[in-house]
Amino acid sequence: MMKVVEGSYAVAHAAMCCSPDVVSAYPITPQTHIVEHLSQMVADGELDAEFLTVDSEFSALSVLVGASAMGARCYSSTTSQGLALMYEVLYNVSGLRMPVVMTVANRALGAPLNIWNDQQDSVGARDVGWLQLYVENVQEAVDTTPQAYKIAEDMGILTPIMVCMDGFILTHVYEPVELLDKEKVAGFLPAFKPEYVLDPANPKTIGAFADPSTYTEFRYLQFDAQQKALAKIEAVAKEFQETFGRTFGGLIDTYQAEDAEIVLVTMGSVIGTIKDAIDEMRAEGIKVGLVKVRSYRPFPVQALRKALKDAGVIAVIEKDVSIGNEAGLVTDLKAAFYNSKIRTPIIGFTAGLGGRDITVKDIRKITEKASAARKGIESEFEFLDLRTEILP
Amino acid sequence: MQNLLAPGHRACAGCSMPTVVRLVLDAAGPNTIVVSPTSCLEVTTTPFPESAWCVPWLHSLFENAAAVASGVEIALKRFHKDANVLVIGGDGSTFDIGMGSNSGMFERGHKVTYVCYDNEAYMNTGVQRSGSTPFCAHTTTTPSGEISLGNPRPKKDMPAIALAHRVPYVATASVAYPVDLRRKVKKAIETQGPSYIQVNAPCITGWTFDAGKTVEIARLAVETGLWPLFEYVNGQLTEVKKVRRPKPVEDYLKSQGRYRHLFKKPGGTEVLKQIQAMADANISKYCLVD
Repeated sequence: MMKVVEGSYAVAHAAMCCSPDVVSAYPITPQTHIVEHLSQMVADGELDAEFLTVDSEFSALSVLVGASAMGARCYSSTTSQGLALMYEVLYNVSGLRMPVVMTVANRALGAPLNIWNDQQDSVGARDVGWLQLYVENVQEAVDTTPQAYKIAEDMGILTPIMVCMDGFILTHVYEPVELLDKEKVAGFLPAFKPEYVLDPANPKTIGAFADPSTYTEFRYLQFDAQQKALAKIEAVAKEFQETFGRTFGGLIDTYQAEDAEIVLVTMGSVIGTIKDAIDEMRAEGIKVGLVKVRSYRPFPVQALRKALKDAGVIAVIEKDVSIGNEAGLVTDLKAAFYNSKIRTPIIGFTAGLGGRDITVKDIRKITEKASAARKGIESEFEFLDLRTEILP
Repeated sequence: MQNLLAPGHRACAGCSMPTVVRLVLDAAGPNTIVVSPTSCLEVTTTPFPESAWCVPWLHSLFENAAAVASGVEIALKRFHKDANVLVIGGDGSTFDIGMGSNSGMFERGHKVTYVCYDNEAYMNTGVQRSGSTPFCAHTTTTPSGEISLGNPRPKKDMPAIALAHRVPYVATASVAYPVDLRRKVKKAIETQGPSYIQVNAPCITGWTFDAGKTVEIARLAVETGLWPLFEYVNGQLTEVKKVRRPKPVEDYLKSQGRYRHLFKKPGGTEVLKQIQAMADANISKYCLVD
């Protein structure tokens, strides 16, 4: 039964249905409602977990290192400055191969201080060894949460996951959602039984240091696990579809992309707007389509080559910027194509930074620019809707 | 004595740290889980694929051991298991970079015993000043020089910070007093809630002394009044180790290279008086002399 709930509630409910042993929480806008809802669930006896309010995001994730080493299923959520404060622990959790699941309510980073949505926080953390799945709406955030545990806890993968949902746009929206059934989730997601835990009856050293003779191999094993996750993400999405009857794609998803001459590539909640824009433009005879990147890490090189091989031109729209060289998704996409036979022109747009709306009109403008780029690229990368009148 | 820290670790000859750890583990027993921050202890005992630890041991980062231990403790609770949870770390992580994490663990009241082996500087990186470095000690970042007499600030009072968190068991100890240390560890792990023990742990390379003099120097720290041995239970001072006839601080200082400049440079005499005043203040505060 569909229920109209707040996005943060829906995600907290999904986390609850995954039966985490330990939840750590530190408030930061726009993630706060998620931990508030979880707190209420604990207070009402609906969530049976050790729930810890800590002194910082840094401690929030550090606590989970200890709990995960004990074999606990762990959950946390954060955003923006909080994710940045966790940075050192992010590498640690992935390096120690701890399958923590964390919701990232995507938000801009300061300075200047800005509490609104973009994806600079998690895109900027693409190299920390975590898997990253980006969702387009609240239902997908809900459905991706148990999928995330199933992928992370796979013995061949054992890698933490960020489930990235746009802050405010998805965390604070009220929309009809099919909430998960805890029993059904228990059938889909088996209990977490790690092989190595801290146990005085069988003492293990966890977190030894590695010198140059072995460090590379530890990193390689993480790299290899991310490659294995490519197939697992697809398989788990299919399995979820069989059990729950819904899917939002595995590694990628497409919309009107089969015969599209102009293909837009993006991640996150802007997809709703893009689909509306595509419907409008299709009605006018413009052959435009969409490829959604659901898994940013691992980056689905083969899936993207396959989905985009027949495109006439590609426009990447993303809410982040690599200050100094374009932006994350467009750079990765170009790299994915360089050694293939695909020679499709690719142009990149950074848009929606710090909460600026991306409208149907913006998408139409991008599509027009992409169409023109088929005859020759004028600008490889640009800031959409730059307010030149307020620049110095 | 149980040997829960195996021989073959790579600490310096004469280092007090492995002795401290063995005494602590002997008192805690095998039903113990240890979390260590990045430290000399970590790098000398766990070069992959070797480990000197005969109890479960976890290292994450330099500044998060207390938060990690909090996670271990709540997971024990979650799984209805019982084990002693110990943090064993140096003064850099305890006094400085891990302060926020320590404060959180103390304030939340986790049943974690935090043992700081205090060698009074960042020894693992090569003897740089920490918040624990004593007044006028020479380190590589507070060197004595033409216009400097070493570290310009007195040592941070970490036990007082623990007490301000209402940590129910707070004590100081010394590698030179093993019976006292063992007893304090046993009391600490029996405490319902957090406990903090700060152990004086001389460092041969940082303090610069002969490798055979470790225990002798640690004992002098106590006998001069510079390292009072005390114990607070529920905020009340319950025990101090009396010093029969306090020795002058020079006896302690002159045996270490880190204070050599005080005996050579103009102004050193004045500093020696100031350090003597610190010892006298301890003697008076803790009633060390009957």
